[in-house]
Amino acid sequence: MKTQLALELHKVTKTFGSVVANKDVDLSLRKGEILALLGENGSGKTTLMNMIAGIYYPDEGEIRVNGEVAHIRSPKDAFEYGIGMIHQHFKLVDVFSASENIILGMKDSGRYKLSEVHKKVSEITELYGFHLDPKKKIHEMAVSEKQTVEIIKVLYRGADILILDEPTAVLAPQETERLFSVLRRMRDSGKSIIIITHKMNEVLSISDRVAVLRKGEHIATVNTAETNEGELTEMMIGKKVTLNIKRSDPQNVCDRLCVSNINSTNADGVKVLDNISFTARAGEILGIAGIAGSGQRELLESIAGLHHLDSGEIVYHDPKNGKEENLRDKNPLQIRDLGVRLSFVPEDRLGMGLVGNMDITDNMMLRSYGKGHSAFVDRKKPRDLAKRIIEDLEVVTPGVDTPVRRLSGGNVQKVLVGREISTAPTVLMAAYPVRGLDINSSYTIYNLLNKQKENGVSVIFVGEDLDVLIELCDRIIVMNSGKITGEVDGRLAKREEIGIMMTKDTSVSEDKNTEINKDTEEKDSE
Amino acid sequence: MNKAEKHIKEPFMRVIKRDSISWQKAILVRALAIIGSLLFSGIICYLLIGANPLKLYITLFEGAFGTKRRIWKLAKDLALLLCISLAITPAFKMRFWNIGAEGQTLIGCLASVACIYYLGKGMPNWLLIILMFVAALVASALWAVIPAIFKAKWNTNETLFTLMMNYVAINLVAYYLLKWTPSGSSTLGMLSEGHLPKLMNNEYLLLILVVLALTVAMYIYLKYSKHGYEIAVVGESENTAKYIGINVKKVIIRTMVLSGALCGLAGFLIVGALDHSVTTASAGGLGFTAIMVSWLGKFNPFTMILTSLLVVFLENGADRIVTVFNINDAFPSIVTGIVLFFIIGCEFFINYKVIFRKKEAK
Repeated sequence: MKTQLALELHKVTKTFGSVVANKDVDLSLRKGEILALLGENGSGKTTLMNMIAGIYYPDEGEIRVNGEVAHIRSPKDAFEYGIGMIHQHFKLVDVFSASENIILGMKDSGRYKLSEVHKKVSEITELYGFHLDPKKKIHEMAVSEKQTVEIIKVLYRGADILILDEPTAVLAPQETERLFSVLRRMRDSGKSIIIITHKMNEVLSISDRVAVLRKGEHIATVNTAETNEGELTEMMIGKKVTLNIKRSDPQNVCDRLCVSNINSTNADGVKVLDNISFTARAGEILGIAGIAGSGQRELLESIAGLHHLDSGEIVYHDPKNGKEENLRDKNPLQIRDLGVRLSFVPEDRLGMGLVGNMDITDNMMLRSYGKGHSAFVDRKKPRDLAKRIIEDLEVVTPGVDTPVRRLSGGNVQKVLVGREISTAPTVLMAAYPVRGLDINSSYTIYNLLNKQKENGVSVIFVGEDLDVLIELCDRIIVMNSGKITGEVDGRLAKREEIGIMMTKDTSVSEDKNTEINKDTEEKDSE
Repeated sequence: MNKAEKHIKEPFMRVIKRDSISWQKAILVRALAIIGSLLFSGIICYLLIGANPLKLYITLFEGAFGTKRRIWKLAKDLALLLCISLAITPAFKMRFWNIGAEGQTLIGCLASVACIYYLGKGMPNWLLIILMFVAALVASALWAVIPAIFKAKWNTNETLFTLMMNYVAINLVAYYLLKWTPSGSSTLGMLSEGHLPKLMNNEYLLLILVVLALTVAMYIYLKYSKHGYEIAVVGESENTAKYIGINVKKVIIRTMVLSGALCGLAGFLIVGALDHSVTTASAGGLGFTAIMVSWLGKFNPFTMILTSLLVVFLENGADRIVTVFNINDAFPSIVTGIVLFFIIGCEFFINYKVIFRKKEAK
């Protein structure tokens, strides 16, 4: 018997300018199944789902719903096909109640009667086992309740195909369990569900099949029962590639930056940095591995003086006079005034590291414009620096007067890295410096980082490609959900080992590590 | 649902953001927009009052440039509008939407007149003028810095705040007018003290020269000074500004002090060189028109000369049309509105291009 397909994607391609977000993706969703969509950040999961939900329109390829070709031009069209998406960031009106939000924007015949809406909402919640008071206002709700509203909003409109974009990212473990039981009930009543996640344990526990995306392409779809964590990780992060990055042995290693027990929570009250401690040493490249969004950005921004910490210390050892400086709660200017030569290549190149609308010269000036007492800026030195960087790093640009946003990703990155190392730093932090770069540009960046290391700089490299981390870094620490889950020697590390540290459930692993304390802890929490 | 499905096709047209456009093409688009707008307003005019469009255009030009007197008036109006536009430009470049230039200018006028009213008698004219100048700049700077402090400290919405400050300023003027006019007529006559000197016996020349100097100074400030650079970085990306250690709050407050002070200068010029008095309409809506001038000029002081010329030309020319054709005096606003609509609208075609559906294979 042929299983009926709720949704089929055939050779779907979507590009944004020169960036290919999805390329020839084939995907199918059966009726009454939960399909997990697995892939790293930037692998094109959300773009793909947005095309199904009518937010983007595919450049090429076709989408079939229940076997028929569908043109989904807007979220409204998507609803007509019975497709509903629950986005990662909720789109709710804070001052409205759950029911009001649920019917918002709906055009149905008949009069607007809130009591009937309440009734219908209650029916849905009972049917699938949600917990929700339809009259409660959104601003009084916890994150998980808001998510419930989003899900019911979609069900209320009669969706048969539900897409959930990283629904568990905002949930506590028990809440995740509750969500999963609701999802299972929905599946059993015939709904088809796609769930985006990159938590391996969740994939294995909830899904019937898993589709893996990597770099915008569909790698494989497998039955969950017939696969395992290792195989999925390999599909997700790719097979081993030989890179041959030259790695010199560290010379004159000494402690440069000691981070101890730093903690931070974000606006939603989620812990983004959980008791992080490590030491970055001069003359060494320290790699930070982890799924994107595990706290790497917050960690680097904390060191750079851009992120507030709840507790902990960041101590800098000055190589010139041997003094120690605590950098916590200092802003970038204060850090610079202390004589700390800290360079930072942030993940968001055009939104933070550079100003897209300014030309290369003006971007060079960002670090140096304040020098001297003149009221006017000196553009001569930055211009010379810009020319030097263009020449040394082979930046492809019409000239120094070209706005950096016009440059390609690789050239933008060369400009940024070039500027950051031109100040002769003692600590160089680089977040995903080769993301979106072609092989040659990537090697230029690796060589630059290696040269800095040989010059006695303490380099901190946040990366996503495990092969690169293993070949480039002297030591690698692994971050997972705001915690450090392991530290390995770059020369001895195995990619599988790091892969597991990246994806394992941190609460489980902690229990294992502290099995002796487990019983007492449990009693305490109860 | 099935029926609908069959008719749904790829969208008929889609809009895509342009990467860049050559400057020749950009000028062509804008020129077409201006020509189109004039043609369109001609048609509208013909339909409404049956006037010969050609005669209409001629009157428009005559109204603006027809006599020596009209050219001087045009230059004066241009200078005043440009002065306020220059004042708001640093704030706008910082993406601080200061729409309170009207109120800030008015406070400058009020402070100048207060100096004349209370100190005018028994003081040498040069000293009085200096006092008026200082008072106007300080008062307007204070008026402008209040929303800036709130924005910097508590991230309040500057648009609403500066807008509301306009009404406070207007009512403050109304209050003082009531207080200063014993009869309760609320109209203060022309004051005889505190007149700015006439250059070469021309009442507008000093004003024009001051604004010209200000234009050059503002260009240099924005383009070559460290402050100007900081303003640009904060405006483009607050994250980048923080990343390189710019004190964003300080820049916001400092820039608004400057913006307000220059509105104060405009107020001082209005009182000292033109009106010698104050009313609730002393700023005459220029504070709002200035926003358009600044935007259309892309915050470049020299381009803003052209955009304010365009606005003033339209207003003065259309005023003449009202007289000649004996029509409703709402007409100038209609023409200005049409032209601005076209000019602002054409920016869409500069930033985006429209792609139509490819022909179906069938």
